[in-house]
Amino acid sequence: MKKNISPSFSRRSFIKTSALVGGGMLIGFNLFQACKPETVPPVDISQLNFNDFNAFIKIADNGMVTIFSPNPEIGQGVKTSMPMLIAEELDVSWNNVIVAQGALDTKNFTRQVAGGSQSLRQGWEPLRQTGATARQMLINAAANKWGVSASECKTENGVIINSNGDKLGYGEVVKEAVTLPIPEKIVLKNPKEFKIIGKDIPNVDIDKIITGKSLYGMDYKEEMMLYASVLRPPAFGKKLIDFDDTSVKAISGVKDVVKFGDKIAVLAKDTWTAMKGKKALKANWTSDSKLENTEDHDKILINLLNGQEFNTLRADGDVKKAFAEADQVIERIYESPFLPHNCMEPMNFFADVTAEKVRLVGPIQTPAGTARRVAQLLGRDPDSVSVEMTRMGGGFGRRLYGDFALEAAEISSIAKAPVKVVYSREDDMSAGIYRPAIKYKISAAIKEGEITGYHLKEASINSNMYGLIPNFFPAGAIKNYQVDVASYQSEITTGAWRAPYTNFLSFAEQSFFDELAELIEVDCIQLRLDLLQKVKGTTDEKIQYSPERLENVIKVAVDKSGWKNTKEGVYQGFSAYYCHNTHVAEVADVIVEDDMPVVKKITCVVDCGIVVNPLGAKNQIEGGIIDGVGHAMYGDFSFTDGEPQDKNFDTYRLIRINETPIVETHFIESNIAPTGLGEPTLPPAGAAVANAIKASKGIRLYKQPFIKHIKAKELLG
Amino acid sequence: MPVYNLKVNGQSHTVEVDQDTPLLWVLRDHLDMVGTKFGCGIGQCGACTIHLDGSATRSCLLQVSMVKNMEITTIEGLSEDASHPVQQAWKEVDVPQCGYCQAGQMMSAVAFIKQNKNPNKIEIRNAMSGNICRCAAYNRIEKAVEVAASKMS
Ligand code: FES
Ligand code: FES
Repeated sequence: MKKNISPSFSRRSFIKTSALVGGGMLIGFNLFQACKPETVPPVDISQLNFNDFNAFIKIADNGMVTIFSPNPEIGQGVKTSMPMLIAEELDVSWNNVIVAQGALDTKNFTRQVAGGSQSLRQGWEPLRQTGATARQMLINAAANKWGVSASECKTENGVIINSNGDKLGYGEVVKEAVTLPIPEKIVLKNPKEFKIIGKDIPNVDIDKIITGKSLYGMDYKEEMMLYASVLRPPAFGKKLIDFDDTSVKAISGVKDVVKFGDKIAVLAKDTWTAMKGKKALKANWTSDSKLENTEDHDKILINLLNGQEFNTLRADGDVKKAFAEADQVIERIYESPFLPHNCMEPMNFFADVTAEKVRLVGPIQTPAGTARRVAQLLGRDPDSVSVEMTRMGGGFGRRLYGDFALEAAEISSIAKAPVKVVYSREDDMSAGIYRPAIKYKISAAIKEGEITGYHLKEASINSNMYGLIPNFFPAGAIKNYQVDVASYQSEITTGAWRAPYTNFLSFAEQSFFDELAELIEVDCIQLRLDLLQKVKGTTDEKIQYSPERLENVIKVAVDKSGWKNTKEGVYQGFSAYYCHNTHVAEVADVIVEDDMPVVKKITCVVDCGIVVNPLGAKNQIEGGIIDGVGHAMYGDFSFTDGEPQDKNFDTYRLIRINETPIVETHFIESNIAPTGLGEPTLPPAGAAVANAIKASKGIRLYKQPFIKHIKAKELLG
Repeated sequence: MPVYNLKVNGQSHTVEVDQDTPLLWVLRDHLDMVGTKFGCGIGQCGACTIHLDGSATRSCLLQVSMVKNMEITTIEGLSEDASHPVQQAWKEVDVPQCGYCQAGQMMSAVAFIKQNKNPNKIEIRNAMSGNICRCAAYNRIEKAVEVAASKMS
């Protein structure tokens, strides 16, 4: 069974071919522009913008296929998994596929967003259609050569076969294929026929990584390039008065000192000299308003939660009435700190600004937006600005913001030299675009043992949950349901951090359900299943999660984790969540050692539709979960007088291998298009651990990081 | 500026840098060996791990003036064709996510396995706890060290 795809737009308008000098054909295609951080995950594949996404397939006359990966790699495996989709429908053997990154200065590679969890979901149909179109072109060429109808031909691993059993390799027909029109009608494989999708395919860059090849922005260099280390205001809200660079200029190897805005850059022949030069700068700073403190933020956010000024993002039924008529009301507050991203590769960017053009190279997820902003900053024609992307040493949301590229461009423009800005870890942690500090107040109304009302309030720094998040579980399950948000404008810069908002919201809600279950004396799993039951058959189009799929992951997790059936001394906690179109359930196994909880294992059940590359997918899942556990346990970040209190890994604690649970992953078999993987396993992890800690030590946690609050609670007894 | 002779991966190099320049930056900026990574600069993350006369050392804290006549090995020196058993193990287990920390992880693993040919899980975890992986590919690192140890014994 093949699936017929009727083109909703002319294929010819987005696929073009050319005959390559030296043989082979090149297929250029436009796909789409993946979502920007501030946009909502798309509801429908047809709503995507197909104009801004570019990539190429080269078919050589020896049959080798080179796919110029549409996405640079950030650590999510898309550089491997997206080409797999093309190769599958092109029907070639993966051994004959090479995946390459776009060449230098190709404008065609500058117009994408290196997506988060959504890339694969959005690429699923169009990338396969592209592969299938190329396959059809080759079939048509072979059929012409044989003088038979194309419908009599099939393909197998890069070979076209007709009904007589004659064979032609793809490479043997590329010359003809180039001259033929782009086929408008194509068929996609039925998932049952997949040969590449669903197989464990190793990371395409593995050899370069393990031999230490130059890949990352940090590794990028050019002749004559200077290294720049930037002194920025030491606290949010501070401004530069003046500075003294006498001793800086005395350092041999320092080439220039450049002031721009409230920042000063030291340019030198190598990174170390630039960093040394920066340390030698003496600057005076001032501030015109009161500098911010975490303690003040805490009070402000609590006041917001207790106040009346909210935006209502969803309101079902009559929450007020439900609470007024309740037998019992439970209300809890959950609190999280700011968090820095701490990508392993500190921020950095190369810029070469000359009279003619602006060349930027580095790790960035938003090349198009960044090029536009740089053009605006320098007053240039956007067409004269090019951005080349390198591999990225992690992103987690931080590399969506091009602040570091703008710095590089400005410095290069003033210094009139090619410059690479390099952040130290201290720079990286103190010039962050942090996960905002957030507090939630959740209340539930209970009448005759039933949850009749649910009221979620969010108070956050700078911005609030967006998109469909207010419609996530338990929306639709409780008759009287309301989500209200409020925010406080701060000088501290905040932005997207892996699984924005849900990374903490999930902890709050999934902890709350456990407590609710205790209160109304229902099993905590049963409580969730009962609620899901009520969502089934909903006609509310805003409800994106599937109660059936969420129920299924919960049930499988109960089964796979040996729920409530563990060895003595092992305590379990449960959590289930839907975000980024993926349904996840997690069970944490915790033991107590030296009076402290130790997370030994997380059993994770994921329904992410078809798993394109299980080997890569599991890596993402393990990473997301351990990241979630790590930040929930240890992640703490505060400000005193606008200044971050931690600046490096000596005091800022990231989870290490000896603190790491073993993750056991189970996929739900599915025929549904793939959904997000890089983010959705993170949010449930915190609550699974918190609920297990409650089971082990009897301590109910409302604040992150756990480690700090467990100690505080124990001191209080 | 002083001149230093360094022996890196069996080859001699001459560099002219300030005496306080960490070996990390000499390798990266002056010798074009960018496999050794910068993560923290204070000895806390392990991204810059190299071998000094065979033992794992943080190159971000090591001044170039202190490594005269010593044998320096970097990730580039394990093997160019990814044939070192630790590289092989990393490949088999498909460890990297972003990959940035992995050179340091592998250098720590090589030095560790040399000393402990048959490590148990706790020993592996302790030995590797100086290397941060922000992508948290820790389960695979643990597994890969196990695989590498069995290849090397
Ligand atoms: S860079 Fe040397 S330990 Fe982090
Ligand atoms: S793989 Fe990204 S930091 Fe380790």
